[in-house]
Amino acid sequence: MSGPAPWLAILALAAAQALLFAAVGANRVLEWVQTACASAGLPYNTVMVLAGSGLLGVSSAVIGSYAVLRRRSLIGDAVAHAAPPGIALAYLIARERNFFLLLLGALVSGVLGAAVIAWLRQSTRTRQDAAIGLVLSVFFGLGIVLTSAVQRDPTGAHAGLEGFLLGKTAGLVSQDLLLIAVTSANILILVWLFQKEFLLLSFDPGFAAVQRWPVQALDVLMMTLLVAATVIGLPAVGVVLMAAMLIIPGVAARFWTDRLSRLLPLAGAFGLASAGAGTYFSSVSEGMPTGPVIVLTAAAVCLFSMFAAPRRGIAAGILKRIRMRERVARQNLLRTMYELAEEAPDSAASLEEVAARRGWRAAEALRLLRRAERRGELRRTPDGRWALTEHGLQKALEVVRAHRLWELYLVEQASIAADHVDRDADELEHILPPEMVLQLESRLRSEGRWPEDRVPASVHPIESAAGEAR
Amino acid sequence: MKAAQEERREAAPVAEAPPLEIHDMTVAYQRRPVLWDIDLELPEGRLIAVVGPNGAGKSTLIKAALGLVPRASGRVEVYGKPIEKQLSLIGYVPQRESVDWDFPVSVLDVVMMGRYGRLGWFRRPGREDREAAMDCLRKVALQDFAGRQISQLSGGQQQRVFLARALAQEALLYFMDEPFAGVDAATEQAILGILQELRSNGRTVVVVHHSLQTVRDYFDHLVLLNMHVVAHGPIEEVFTEENLRNTYGGRLPLLEQAADAVQRRSV
Repeated sequence: MSGPAPWLAILALAAAQALLFAAVGANRVLEWVQTACASAGLPYNTVMVLAGSGLLGVSSAVIGSYAVLRRRSLIGDAVAHAAPPGIALAYLIARERNFFLLLLGALVSGVLGAAVIAWLRQSTRTRQDAAIGLVLSVFFGLGIVLTSAVQRDPTGAHAGLEGFLLGKTAGLVSQDLLLIAVTSANILILVWLFQKEFLLLSFDPGFAAVQRWPVQALDVLMMTLLVAATVIGLPAVGVVLMAAMLIIPGVAARFWTDRLSRLLPLAGAFGLASAGAGTYFSSVSEGMPTGPVIVLTAAAVCLFSMFAAPRRGIAAGILKRIRMRERVARQNLLRTMYELAEEAPDSAASLEEVAARRGWRAAEALRLLRRAERRGELRRTPDGRWALTEHGLQKALEVVRAHRLWELYLVEQASIAADHVDRDADELEHILPPEMVLQLESRLRSEGRWPEDRVPASVHPIESAAGEAR
Repeated sequence: MKAAQEERREAAPVAEAPPLEIHDMTVAYQRRPVLWDIDLELPEGRLIAVVGPNGAGKSTLIKAALGLVPRASGRVEVYGKPIEKQLSLIGYVPQRESVDWDFPVSVLDVVMMGRYGRLGWFRRPGREDREAAMDCLRKVALQDFAGRQISQLSGGQQQRVFLARALAQEALLYFMDEPFAGVDAATEQAILGILQELRSNGRTVVVVHHSLQTVRDYFDHLVLLNMHVVAHGPIEEVFTEENLRNTYGGRLPLLEQAADAVQRRSV
C-alpha cells in the first residue's frame, strides 16, 4: 500500500489549481465571480463573505471531527494560540499587510508550537496537558507583546492584526476570502478522497499498519489538514476561539448519529450554520466580532443536541429512566396481584393489601392500580377491591414466570441464599431478555421439573414486604 | 490501485519455508529490553499458543514481529521473505482494549476494514466486499448485528467482530492478541471452532493466551515466554511442570495453577 497513488493525487490537485491561478490570476477569478453575481442579481461582497466563512465552517468542522474522535481536540487549540508571534513577525518582515504571508507566519509559528509540545512530552516527561498549557500561554503572550509593538508603529496601526485575536470577517478583502475558500475546498476534497484511509487510521492505526498503510504519512496528512483549517480560520474566528470551530460541531453531531459517514456531513452542516450566523450578525451590528458569535451559535446547537438528541441525549436518558421505572412498577404490581390471588384465590385484593405488600404509599399504589385498570389488566370489583382481568392474568403469568425462573437460577446456579434472592431477582427480572427466560425454562423442562401451569413455585415464602425498603 | 494488486501477487509463500521465522530478535522500550534474543521457527498449519506470566512480553512479541513496535535487532521472515514484504498474507486480531469502542462505526464497517488492504487507495468497498464481510460475520454468528454500533455489543461479541475482521483478510498466517481474554463461554467455543477451521484449511495461527487450564486442549504447539523463549515445540513435549516452573519463576499462585493443570493432564 506504499505506492505513489495518494501523493500523485495530491500533487495533481495542487498542480491543477496552481495552473489555473497562474494562467488566469486570482483577480480574474474574482472578476468572474463578480460578473456571475451581477447577472444573478446577488450582492457580490455578501456572496464572497458567505462563501469564505461558510466553506471554512464546513471544512474546520469536518477535519475537527476527526481530531475529536481521536482525542486530539486540543492540538488545534494549541496551534491557534501559538500562531500570533508568527503573524506579528510576518508583518514586521514584510512591512505590509500581505494576507498570505501573515497566514504563512501563523502556520510556521503554530506548527512550531505543536512541535515544542511534542518535544516537551517526549524529552522531558512533561505530561501532554501541562505541555499544551505551557506552550499555548507562552506563545500567546509573546504574540500579544509583538502585536502591541506592531501597533505602536505608525504604519502598523492599520495592519488590522488585532482582528486575528477575536476574528473579523468584515476586515477581509475578496482576495483573502478567495484564499480561505480555496483552502477549505481543498481540505474537503482530500477528506473525501481519503475517507476510507482516515477512518481506518482513526479507529485502529495498528491494524492499518499491518495492512501496509503508511500510517505515519496519513497521520501527517491529517494533521496538516487540521493545521491548515486552523490557520485560515484565524482571521475570521480569531486565535482565541478557533478551537471551538474545530471541536464543537463534531461533538454536537456525535449526539445524533453512530456512523462516521453521517457524522461528518452533519458536523459540516453545524459548522456552516454557525459560521453563517456569526458572519451575518457581525455584519449587521457594528463592532460585533465574528468569532464569539460563531462560537455561541455553535454552542447553542451543541447544547440543544446534548439535551434533545434521541438515544444519546440527556432528555432521552431521563425519559428512558422514567419508562423503566414505570415498567418495573407495573410488573411489580402484576406480580403482587398474582401472588395475592395465589394465596386467596376467591377474594380480590384491597388497596391496603397491595400497598402493604409492596411497601408503597397508598396514593402511589392507587395511581398504579388505576393505570393498570385503564390498560385493562385489572378490574374493580363492586365492593371497591381489585382483581386481575383475563388479559392481566396472562401478563402477570409472564412476569411471575420470569421472576421465579430467575430466582431458581440464582439459588441453584449462583448459590445465593434463598432469603436474599427475591431482591436480586427483582432487580434483574425486568431486563431479562425473552431468550434467556426460554433458556431457563427449557432447562427446568429437561430436568422434568416444569410444572403444569408453567409457573414454578416460589423458592422462598412470600411474605408482606411492608418492612422492606422496596 | 494497481499497486495493491501487484503487491499481493508479489507476496507469496516460498515453498518449504516456514510461515514464521524469528532470528535474534531483541526489543527494548526506552532502552530497557523486554524481549531478549528471540529465536523461533513455527510450523505450518498449527494452532500455536504464546504463554507466559504478565509482563513476559507476549503481546510485544507479536507487535515486534509485525513491526508495530520497533525491533532493536533481529529479523523476521514469513514464508521465506522479510515480513514487511509479506504483510498481505497476514491477518491480525489486536487486543480488544486497543481501540475506542465508542467510535461511530457499525459492526459491518469494522469487518469491512479487513478488506481495505486488497482494495488499495481511494477505492470504496463494493457489494462484493460487503458480501464477503457478511460471510465473515456469519462465521462468528453476528450476522444479525451487522448494523449495530459497536459499543452496543458485549465484550465477547466485540472480540468476535475483531475475529471476523481478521477472517475478512483471508490470510495464511494469523496473529491474535488475547482473543480469549474476558469472553463468555459461548464466544470461547465460537472462537475455538474458527481456530480449528483455520487449521484444517492449512492456516497457521499464533495466539497470545493467558489460561494454562485450556492451553493443552486448544493448541498443538506452544511457545513459553518470559522475556526470552523458555521452551517451544509440540505441546506434549513442552507442556511440562519443569518448563512451566522455569517460565513462571517464583510466582506462587500461578505456579500452583500451572502444576494443577499439568497434574490434571497426567492423570
